[in-house]
Amino acid sequence: MEMLRFATAGSVDDGKSTLIGRLLLDSKQIFEDQLEAVEKTSREKGFDYTNLALLTDGLRSEREQGITIDVAYRYFATPKRKFIIADTPGHVQYTRNMVTGASTADLALVLIDARKGILEQSRRHAVIASLLRVSHLVLCVNKMDLVDWEEDVFNSICEEFSEFAAKLDIPDLTFIPISALNGDNVTTHSDHMPWYGGPTLLYHLEHLYIASDRNLIDPRFPVQYVIRPMSNEHHDYRGYAGQVSGGTFRPGDEVMVLPSGMTTTIAGIDSFDGPVSEAVPPMSVTIRLTDNLDVSRGDMICRPRNASVATQDVDAMICWFTERPLSERTTYGIKHTTNNARCQVRHLAYRLDINTLSRDESATELNMNEIGRVQLRVTAPLFVDEYRRNRMTGSFILIDEGTNETVGAGMIIGTDA
Amino acid sequence: MKAVQVPHLDALEAESIHIFREVAAEFERPVMLFSGGKDSIVMLRLAEKAFYPARIPFPVMHVDTGHNFDEVIDYRDRRVAELGVNLVIASVQAAIDSGRVVEETGPRSSRNKLQTVALLDGISDGKYDAAFGGGRRDEEKARAKERIYSFRDEFGQWDPKNQRPELWNLYNGRHKRGEHIRVFPISNWTELDIWQYIEREEIEIPSIYYAHRRPVIKRDGMLLAITPFLTLLPDEVPEEMLVRFRTVGDATCTGAVESPASNPAEVIIEVAAARITERGATRADDRISEAGMEDRKREGYF
Repeated sequence: MEMLRFATAGSVDDGKSTLIGRLLLDSKQIFEDQLEAVEKTSREKGFDYTNLALLTDGLRSEREQGITIDVAYRYFATPKRKFIIADTPGHVQYTRNMVTGASTADLALVLIDARKGILEQSRRHAVIASLLRVSHLVLCVNKMDLVDWEEDVFNSICEEFSEFAAKLDIPDLTFIPISALNGDNVTTHSDHMPWYGGPTLLYHLEHLYIASDRNLIDPRFPVQYVIRPMSNEHHDYRGYAGQVSGGTFRPGDEVMVLPSGMTTTIAGIDSFDGPVSEAVPPMSVTIRLTDNLDVSRGDMICRPRNASVATQDVDAMICWFTERPLSERTTYGIKHTTNNARCQVRHLAYRLDINTLSRDESATELNMNEIGRVQLRVTAPLFVDEYRRNRMTGSFILIDEGTNETVGAGMIIGTDA
Repeated sequence: MKAVQVPHLDALEAESIHIFREVAAEFERPVMLFSGGKDSIVMLRLAEKAFYPARIPFPVMHVDTGHNFDEVIDYRDRRVAELGVNLVIASVQAAIDSGRVVEETGPRSSRNKLQTVALLDGISDGKYDAAFGGGRRDEEKARAKERIYSFRDEFGQWDPKNQRPELWNLYNGRHKRGEHIRVFPISNWTELDIWQYIEREEIEIPSIYYAHRRPVIKRDGMLLAITPFLTLLPDEVPEEMLVRFRTVGDATCTGAVESPASNPAEVIIEVAAARITERGATRADDRISEAGMEDRKREGYF
């Protein structure tokens, strides 16, 4: 069984929680005791219907305020796939949560209220999904029951959105008309919309082809941990443990290690379950090299003719998460693959208005929840790829060295100085 | 095309192993919480895999309420000896004996809350800067919001509204002296995943997870095992039933379920059809209130 991770975005009113509640309920992932607790709370609060949002809003303050504050992870499985939902709040001030949810998602699901059409927020969700290189975007036009199941309403929303999406980098875009409240086109086909010949949402999630979303072309292996048993049985054992971040590795392959640039071959790939004949993402394995090179955590194993770029100059899009703005000449901690270093913001090229996609080149700082393009100078070389080529070796986080908080997320565009 | 599909258990395993190695590389003194329950048993196997062929490079800690099932303690000691890892015991009884905490009394008393004190003492006594826990996000809705690296301040407190964003597989473990990080390597596993993995990997677990006959009493809709630690209410009469445990914790507040499932395959069928969450069915400690788990977690609970 394969696993699909998807992020949902939408505001309270779009019916996002209702949709998730529906998916969980129809796939029998909601248990009687959970439903009972939600029904009881709904009655106590005097709601007319069971508020499925209470299933996902887990924190006391969320229930009190009736809003989702933080990313919540939900799980369900059908006989076809296991699903992990990153349920992210749609409010403006919580953009950082959407970015977080999208960072590990294979698919983004954006909800639109059929009565309201495409809002600023819907565009913003699509822009973030595109920035984070989520390959598949599903636009669910919800509350079709409230527009009399009209095909025209659905079509004009699709048209408007397609026009906007053409400016973005979204390889796969799907539109589905649904009614989450009644379950139309969620897990079963709707009798109300015979004009719609496409799949139900669940069918789409179950059958979407995602294997090619991984980079199986460019071999990348960030060394995470050096395994040296120092036992009599494995006296001279030296293995480089890590998670394959791209391409394939096989015993006998010629490899190059960054930063030294030394080349050698793979002597063997080990795992607890025995030797591995081929390692691909996202496998966690241990690589042994034929020659005794000086290799440590933070180094990158790749191929002599297909290697990451070793650079101290990074050009990236940054999403800013904290109240103290990002400004030029400030220094932050940076974590990229298995490397920790420090970096200075050399230049803020522009701030991106994610509603209009216009660039403000006069910007001097990035405030919380803003996105912009920056040039960074790092204290030591990082071994990077463009984010669009590889999400694992093209991403990094920025850390405030005073508070230790994670203050920004970066996606590498280029490596020029 | 090769490796077209990655089976979900392989993807989950790879993620967990990555987390173990990351912590071993970046922290000075990690420790793993190990209770002998099925989640911590799976976690221990993942740790074994992460560092193979070397030994697990950190000790394990059991927060011991003193109310144990013998089968679980036997298993714990045997497994720890097999792996050659150090076992540290954070004892609730010792905290009571030293007068650090006062025990609840009466038939419904529980040492659940006292575990937090023993756990936090254990972490600070060992100067541990990271503690692996077997929490899963599907267990409970406060847990659904928990990060894989969960920051704790000098009092061991969790601040759910002020968590660090967690992106890609880039974990931020930075902390100041006295603070620590709780790490949850099996965050993304569900109860069903755990059982499928136990079946696939042929992992041995304590016998009380499978059907056996034992005297129990019904209390508050749960089946509680008769143990020396349980005080009966006046009208309670023990009854022998065919039961198994879905979770294993303190013997006084962990309930059994009626079940004939005697191996992982049969348990999987039962779990897939279950209509009540494992904590809802079997944990008196979670029934305190809708925010019971959130409140305990804020204070530093597992």
